[in-house]
Amino acid sequence: MLILGIETSCDETGVALYDGERGLLGHTLYSQVAMHAEYGGVVPELASRDHVQKLLPLISEVLAQAGVTRAEIDGVAYTAGPGLIGALLVGASVGRSLAWAWGVPAIGVHHMEGHLLAPMLEENPPVFPFVALLVSGGHTMLVKVEGVGRYEILGESLDDAAGEAFDKTAKMLGLGYPGGPVLARLAESGDPEAYRFPRPMTDRPGLDFSFSGLKTFTLTTWQQSTQTEQDKANVARAFQDAVVDTLAIKCKRALEKTGLKRLVIAGGVSANKGLRERLSKMGGELGAEVYYPRPEFCTDNGAMIAYAGHLRLQAGQHEELAFTATPRWPLETLPAI
Amino acid sequence: MPPVLSFLLEDSEATESFGAALARCCSGGTVVYLYGDLGAGKTTLVRGFLHALGHRGAVKSPTYTLVEPYELGAHRVYHFDLYRLGDPEELEYLGIRDYFDGDSLALIEWPQQGAPLLPSPSLEVTLLYHGDGREVRISALGDAAEGIRECVAAHFERKIKP
Repeated sequence: MLILGIETSCDETGVALYDGERGLLGHTLYSQVAMHAEYGGVVPELASRDHVQKLLPLISEVLAQAGVTRAEIDGVAYTAGPGLIGALLVGASVGRSLAWAWGVPAIGVHHMEGHLLAPMLEENPPVFPFVALLVSGGHTMLVKVEGVGRYEILGESLDDAAGEAFDKTAKMLGLGYPGGPVLARLAESGDPEAYRFPRPMTDRPGLDFSFSGLKTFTLTTWQQSTQTEQDKANVARAFQDAVVDTLAIKCKRALEKTGLKRLVIAGGVSANKGLRERLSKMGGELGAEVYYPRPEFCTDNGAMIAYAGHLRLQAGQHEELAFTATPRWPLETLPAI
Repeated sequence: MPPVLSFLLEDSEATESFGAALARCCSGGTVVYLYGDLGAGKTTLVRGFLHALGHRGAVKSPTYTLVEPYELGAHRVYHFDLYRLGDPEELEYLGIRDYFDGDSLALIEWPQQGAPLLPSPSLEVTLLYHGDGREVRISALGDAAEGIRECVAAHFERKIKP
């Protein structure tokens, strides 16, 4: 079964083709390709969330990349939520309409299910059940994954997502926005002993996160320092250590609570070197395997939507002709397959 | 210049209480602009506001999602955060007009990023760092908003004496 996947829930326009037997045949993100020709040579900044103009050229691009014609497509999957209603409706209306025009079934996919299943696209995929930490600019959550559509949210951020905390702290330290990766690089030259920041919500039971308070703590620490470049690196280091340690403590707790031995890390922050090292070490101590999707499938992408859609269409699920998008869509309400 | 009311908020709980007082004074169609630096407590204020209207559960920062919708009994509340907006015209791609139907409450962080495509505010609320706490300033625009401002003054006791 060859499935076209479309992701437009927020900033990225992502398109991919996944085949049940041949695997991933092609995938692209707007930011990855030069579409200057389609825009007449100029890509205006204000088009950064313009899914309408990007989507059809991207679909043509992926079909060409995979050497596939429309007639070969067996189904269309699009992100139906959660996300921005305006952005979701672009992907949903294009996806549903193409499926109707091609005479194939369509399926609306839950964005977070896409992220949770993304590591299945790798050569050494995790086996169900596992614990997933989804950690990005928009999300920080721990989920127990027993199978497709069998999800239990173990904990999530009550305020800022971890990636957001990185980006905003970077801004406060004068590193630009979004400067999370810049902050992470700076942290490498910081003295880990210079400051110690609190590990929010680790002194009480539970698996929820709160990173909002670290912003103020960082700002105060920075303002009270002598504000040299080394101070900045030290503050960055203390901040990163606090976030990484908090995530690791909660992951350990989640593995112990569920008794599971497989941990999946997805989302943009999973590219953070400090986090990977810390979690690998923790996994070693607990005798648990740690899995990551490849970097381009950590952030929003079409491949995870094509993959999740393939599983659901193959199980016989599909949408009627009327379609909808759901800006708020609890993950735990999904049907199991 | 409309008169400005000012309160001291000693901690984040006080910021939430102020948000709750504000919620009790607002009605449908109120548009609140929220100003303040990163970490000043804008989302904390909104948390108090939403909890006062009966929301249970987390109030996540909408920096990434740009808007979080809430259906709370008779109220529909939109919590915007326009920090990441590159150009006000992007609001058109988000379908911004559909959010302002004259009936919903809107709380907008970083409204300066969205001007001039946003509706005019009823109230402007500004959070400022003040020692270990915060100072909040509230100013009303229009007659109905003046009523809200007076209501908040009556409900929230920690007014800074002029």
